[in-house]
Amino acid sequence: MDRFALRAANLLVGNEEGAAALECTVSGPQLVALHSCLVAISGSDFDPRINGEAAPTWTGIFLSAGDELTFAGRRSGARAYIAVGGGVAGDRWLGSVSTYMLAERGGMHGRLLAGGDVVSVAGEPSAPAVSGRRLGENLRPDYADHKLRAIAGPHIRRLDAAGRKTLFGSVFKVSRDADRMGYRLEGQGLDASGDELLSFGLVPGAIQVPRSGQPILLMADHQTAGGYPVVATVTSASMPVAAQLLPGNEVSFAEVSIEAALRMRAAQRAALDSLKS
Amino acid sequence: MRTHPLGDAALLAELGTRLDTALNTRTIALAAALKKRRDVRQAIAGYASVTVHFDPDQTTYDALTAAIKRLASKRPPMAEPGRLHRIPVVYDGPDMEAVAATLGLSPAKIAEIHARPIYRVFLVGFVPGWAYLGPLPDELELPRRHMPRTKVPAGSVAIAGRQSGIYPLATPGGWHLIGRTSVKLFLPDLDPPCLFRAGDRVKFFAAPA
Repeated sequence: MDRFALRAANLLVGNEEGAAALECTVSGPQLVALHSCLVAISGSDFDPRINGEAAPTWTGIFLSAGDELTFAGRRSGARAYIAVGGGVAGDRWLGSVSTYMLAERGGMHGRLLAGGDVVSVAGEPSAPAVSGRRLGENLRPDYADHKLRAIAGPHIRRLDAAGRKTLFGSVFKVSRDADRMGYRLEGQGLDASGDELLSFGLVPGAIQVPRSGQPILLMADHQTAGGYPVVATVTSASMPVAAQLLPGNEVSFAEVSIEAALRMRAAQRAALDSLKS
Repeated sequence: MRTHPLGDAALLAELGTRLDTALNTRTIALAAALKKRRDVRQAIAGYASVTVHFDPDQTTYDALTAAIKRLASKRPPMAEPGRLHRIPVVYDGPDMEAVAATLGLSPAKIAEIHARPIYRVFLVGFVPGWAYLGPLPDELELPRRHMPRTKVPAGSVAIAGRQSGIYPLATPGGWHLIGRTSVKLFLPDLDPPCLFRAGDRVKFFAAPA
């Protein structure tokens, strides 16, 4: 979900950016290192501990065999990421080790990790393993800023002036229907009605408006095609922030140009590249 | 041909807005041509549009729009008739009564009309195994449900607009459920993991409950 956090954690342990890692939603696991390894924890702060002592986040940390990595509790956000030097081993399906639970494929046999599972390392890190490498706070996404930047979408003209103001001005709440496919939002209704659309390919970040008028923000496991109007799309640089939202969180959308979105994307790219040296 | 931004790394190229076999054939050909480009990460053919994921480090929205316009003006190759699938349906879906009431037809008549045509697979997508079939006879045309369901059972046969489809997995969905089938559309250990491919043909027939 939070691609920035995944990429950063991988780079901090010397992996390729897209190596498989563990995504922890709302709470973290209790892990014991069976062999020494380099790990990095990124994304939201779940208060990680190593043998009970507070552990730094966004930092490469060396674990010795027998060390315990635990999480004392969520302090903010929705998802934390744990990368291990060499990457996490898992089932590969359609070219990816990602877990797709709907189809029960990928990752740990297409399911959540459970107590007693042994998580193996896939291979050797692509870069030399060095602990203590850190991504500075000013280079991380501002997860507390729930104003997501968005670009007007193919069906923005279906909203009248007041509707557009509601989309790019009012505050929505993430409803309980929120998962890796998407978040249903609650707020002032939007009217994007018109002729029925022929289904078309969708992208993560697309803001769909069904006839109920309550928008749906598509996330990582979104459907690949759909026929509801798409009034805007959250920028790639804001999607890591969107990935850290939980039901009950307030969220709003600020309209930006493609150029502004690409500048923010480039800044995130530069932050990640700073970890490659 | 018009394009619209879908965020900063994708665009929607609309070839038309009609549900039309010739338009769909051109759409599939355009998506195939776009997939060969280095600056394109993925091209997804819709009914009459292509969603293009591109690499903003290699191209821009404007440059790609110009390239798509050039490609779309080319004559597509002749399409061969797709494979024919025969799909048994038990017409007892949870929305059958409501659909019957809205359309002023009996459930038996709805089943008969639904099973009458040979449908074309216009696109494969939504979730693994899903195929958008059409055109649905206009006697059965209805808008999507006001509020999508959060979970539709796998195997549900559904209609919306001029389209029909089968839910291959238990997923959210906003279509009207008129029946169910035992045929498996999602085949996870095959590549591609779907029974249907764009351009295939589908014939439904009523099966006993």
